[in-house]
Amino acid sequence: MLRRTLIALAVLFAAVVIVLPVAAILSRAFAEGVGAWWAAVSDPETLQAVWLTVLTALIVLPLNILFGLCAAWAIARFRFPGRRALLILIEIPFAVSPIVAGLCFLLVYGAYGPVGGALQPYGLQLMFNLTGIVMVSLFVTCPFVVREVLPVLQVTGEDEEKAALTLGANGWQIFRHVTLPNVTWALVYGAILATARAIGEFGAVSVVSGAIRGQTMTLPLQIELLYNDYNTTGAFAAATLLTALALLTLVLRGAITAIHPAHGARP
Amino acid sequence: MTATPVSPWRLPRRRRSPLPGLGLTLGVSLVFVSLIVLLPLLGLGWQLAQLGWSDYLWVMSDARTLASLRVTLTAAAAATLVNGVFGLLLAWVLVRYRFPGRAALDALVDLPFALPTAVAGIALVALYGQNGWVGSLLAPLGLQVAYSWSGIVIAMVFTSVPFAVRAIQPLIEELDPAEEAAALTLGASRGQIFRTITLPQLMPGILTGTGLSFVRSLGEFGAVIFIAGNIPYETEIASLLIMIRLDEFDYPAAAAIAGTMLGLSLVLLVAINLAQTRLYRRYERGA
Repeated sequence: MLRRTLIALAVLFAAVVIVLPVAAILSRAFAEGVGAWWAAVSDPETLQAVWLTVLTALIVLPLNILFGLCAAWAIARFRFPGRRALLILIEIPFAVSPIVAGLCFLLVYGAYGPVGGALQPYGLQLMFNLTGIVMVSLFVTCPFVVREVLPVLQVTGEDEEKAALTLGANGWQIFRHVTLPNVTWALVYGAILATARAIGEFGAVSVVSGAIRGQTMTLPLQIELLYNDYNTTGAFAAATLLTALALLTLVLRGAITAIHPAHGARP
Repeated sequence: MTATPVSPWRLPRRRRSPLPGLGLTLGVSLVFVSLIVLLPLLGLGWQLAQLGWSDYLWVMSDARTLASLRVTLTAAAAATLVNGVFGLLLAWVLVRYRFPGRAALDALVDLPFALPTAVAGIALVALYGQNGWVGSLLAPLGLQVAYSWSGIVIAMVFTSVPFAVRAIQPLIEELDPAEEAAALTLGASRGQIFRTITLPQLMPGILTGTGLSFVRSLGEFGAVIFIAGNIPYETEIASLLIMIRLDEFDYPAAAAIAGTMLGLSLVLLVAINLAQTRLYRRYERGA
């Protein structure tokens, strides 16, 4: 009896709080039929937003992988002063709310900030354009790869790498043939989470994007714009794209966790 | 090799690792972290330092600022309470019971993490607004969720419930069923067992889960602003007020509120960490 009640309560909560909102997106997006959905999705402004979002993700992804691997390698394999401080700094973005993060970037890299101000005479503008969007996206996503790769490096230990070294392998060969195969899944997992986050980021991006219609609108910002324009079908149609992406992320996550149970489980 | 004397001022140095790549990887990491994390945070600190105490207090004692902080804190507290209860319930059901759809329920818990916050925001309005499936049911009862304080709470519950579930879940997995069985044979009721045996062991997880959920709720923006109504003094959250001050080019005011929110989050996270370590230690000693 207790068992059934508890299961029923849990399922009800998940249904009302988590499933129904997603169902509501689909219902609104397709309320006027598939044709209207398609028209909304293929609207030039929305496509422009999709393109900017994809472009941002394509720039952020390799930088995240490069930084994540470097930081994880340095922290796992060496002892140096400030090692803990570096680890804390990498984790901090998880504790900073999106709007505060965006504001921090404006204060330094904006036209009135020390760095932004110094670059202005040279015609370089970092905020309110793609550069700004990429920078805050890097901020909100920088912990993901390190968080996945570092524990794996620590567990694997460095014996194999040292063996490769004594056999005459150089740094690149060790990385390519010993380290990388060990961390591949952790890397893929972290990169997926980071990319999903970069694509969906709203608050931080909305502070630094400048929100120029048809130019610096990422997909989440475009959704807000359409919604505030009372273009319900347009907003919810654009939202279906991001919802599909979220579901795909979950499926990929589940698949990787099924292959390598060491990953997943934690948020 | 002779052992180097240990100076009290310096920890004994570990032997240098023979592995290559320290210079390159540390260099890349430091440049990245400096430009992307450290410098922006210092920027906020610098702006706050320029502001000075009296101006800071002037901004923070503004009635609208105080109202936005009150709305944010009370809504986050309410959402955290809900998440504590339902997070425990979901984690318990997922670990202890086997039923059709359990795997799907487990996967669903992560959906709020994966769903972009702006999408969550418009989805919640669509659901809890007057014409929404749930909103239209509540309207005849005189309950209005969208564009009110309770709407803010719902949005915060949505975005932060996974924190609570995922923090409590592993601790339930580690519970020893023998302890509960022993208590049962000694004549304890289910309620007694839960209160005296189960709950104390889950406390570290509940504390971490609700703590993270609270911090996340404090900073939530995208999911909240669509459903909040954003009426100054009533349903305006602190993050939105920061955004409004920015649009007015009132950077000092924006920085003051942002610095307060950031400081609060960091203090809470440190406190959660310390409390968790203490709880674990007490549990280890007791075991």
